[in-house]
Amino acid sequence: MSAIPTEASFARDGGYGLLLAALFALVLVAFAASLAIGYAPLDLQAAVTDALSGRASLEALVFMELRLPRALMGALAGFSLGIAGAAMQGLLRNPLADAGVIGVTGAAAFGAVLMFYSGLSAAFSLALPIGGVLGAAAAVAALYGLAGRGSATMTLILAGVAINSLAGALTALALNLSPNPYAAMEVMFWLMGSLADRSMDHVALVAPLLVVGWGLMLASGPALDALTLGEDTAASLGFDLGRVRAMLVVGAALAVGATVAVTGSIGFVGLVVPHILRPLVGGRPGRLLLASGLGGAALALGADIGVRAIGVRPELKLGVVTALIGAPFFLSLLWRLRREA
Amino acid sequence: MEIVALNLTVRLGGAPRVDRVSLTLRPGELVGLIGPNGAGKTTLFRALAGLRAPDEGQVLYDGRRLAHIGRRTFAKRLAYLEQTAEAHWPLRAEHVVALGRLPHRGFGRAALQSDAAAVDRALRAADAEGFRGRPMRELSGGERARVLLARAFAVESEWLLADEPAAALDPAHQLGLMERLAAAARRGMGVVVVLHDLTLATRFCDRLILMAGGRILGDGRPGEVLTDAAAAAAYGVTLARAQVERETLVAPWRRLASHDSGRMPL
Repeated sequence: MSAIPTEASFARDGGYGLLLAALFALVLVAFAASLAIGYAPLDLQAAVTDALSGRASLEALVFMELRLPRALMGALAGFSLGIAGAAMQGLLRNPLADAGVIGVTGAAAFGAVLMFYSGLSAAFSLALPIGGVLGAAAAVAALYGLAGRGSATMTLILAGVAINSLAGALTALALNLSPNPYAAMEVMFWLMGSLADRSMDHVALVAPLLVVGWGLMLASGPALDALTLGEDTAASLGFDLGRVRAMLVVGAALAVGATVAVTGSIGFVGLVVPHILRPLVGGRPGRLLLASGLGGAALALGADIGVRAIGVRPELKLGVVTALIGAPFFLSLLWRLRREA
Repeated sequence: MEIVALNLTVRLGGAPRVDRVSLTLRPGELVGLIGPNGAGKTTLFRALAGLRAPDEGQVLYDGRRLAHIGRRTFAKRLAYLEQTAEAHWPLRAEHVVALGRLPHRGFGRAALQSDAAAVDRALRAADAEGFRGRPMRELSGGERARVLLARAFAVESEWLLADEPAAALDPAHQLGLMERLAAAARRGMGVVVVLHDLTLATRFCDRLILMAGGRILGDGRPGEVLTDAAAAAAYGVTLARAQVERETLVAPWRRLASHDSGRMPL
């Protein structure tokens, strides 16, 4: 317990800037380490020089085609999962929420699985992420229909749960009907979540969606602060709750849906990171957004470095590792909550 | 800003909880809204604060509807203190109070010196300075109530609608609260409070509105509204009266035998 910094050490107003700076530095270090670590030995300096001067050396190729997209996608995915987790916990005023509760994760995964199943993924390389994004978009459309009409938060969660289990069932159906065991294996491995072999095309495809999603969530920061005191008080402070819900749900869906479309499902980042950082921002949900984004990026990059450093073959899937770290942490959290209650 | 409710009806689950209520509220008075549990006081409050659209009738603010004023502008002019408010995250007291400044912030504008000064004033007004730096969950119920009251004060609005702000307070803080609210009304603020303590209500309020069964049973000076007949009809109690320091002390005294929870027809 003593390893967890207390609120007093960070929550002073100057501390917030310091916390963000520290987290940003952590992300930079992890990003650099992620670039430096890999299976093929690489002279990083030569690789960067070659890449910058446009020389198509082997080093530059490894750097531009393997290392850079992997590190970039890790940072983008972690940031998205972290900030969306913080946004959902703030909206639902529940520390056990993450973007999974609105059904986008499952829908995006199913969209990608359909691409596998139809064989389109073999035809062109961006079929998978496009399928994932379309799946997420379908989930968002369904949710937005509800959220946009100002329905209660509980309705949103229930709709999300329904969408998630439907997508899960359809994914299982696709596996069930898969023509051969290899196809099923391929899908299952993809679903476990990984950053391996993602290209700059993947990054370019989803980056705009991610940025829009982050923007929607960050813009709702003051509303999340107001929601600390409940929906009536937030409304009396001038926030249109229907609009706030729609912005947060669509924002989280864009960020996480697009992330899952490229990486598969990476669990527990969105759940655990806001928890660790909450005491460091004095519990304020608005401030938790950006902090959780940075923390999520650092965690995802760190876990992906771990995956490669362990060197187990076949490579451990990132989603497996985050769940292996996250689940025990989550249990310890519940243990602590139980003791506090 | 004058608040006028015209023939206001609000239904919850089909039954009218506020039933054809009309009233006019002007700034500069301390108005006590009293009535038994389930009388519709909170529902009326939510309609007046623009949190629940009425099923029939309307609420006008200086003759305009909320939709014309805009929620943002309206939030600066009227502060609403919920009955069962609580902080869901382990915020510090002063950060909770600072939430009252949100209506004054444009998009992305950081807190200003003037916000900090308003938070200080609000903490002082609610006598919550002593624990401003402590997390909400470490405070007692009464201390939390004072912090939440300070949050409503921090809006520094023209109107304050407070739903049972005295309920969790000790006697000294109840008196302090009522004195402050009366002083605020004297300075020109419009203050409406839901109260269950008839002694405080009759002593401090300029005007009482007595509700039962969604209707207004009486509206006027405390002595005119809280008659023996009205107390019997609304609460099913008798009242005891005494003169203390040339003021009238009113207290509920005995339960009347045949009374069914404030829904008696008048």
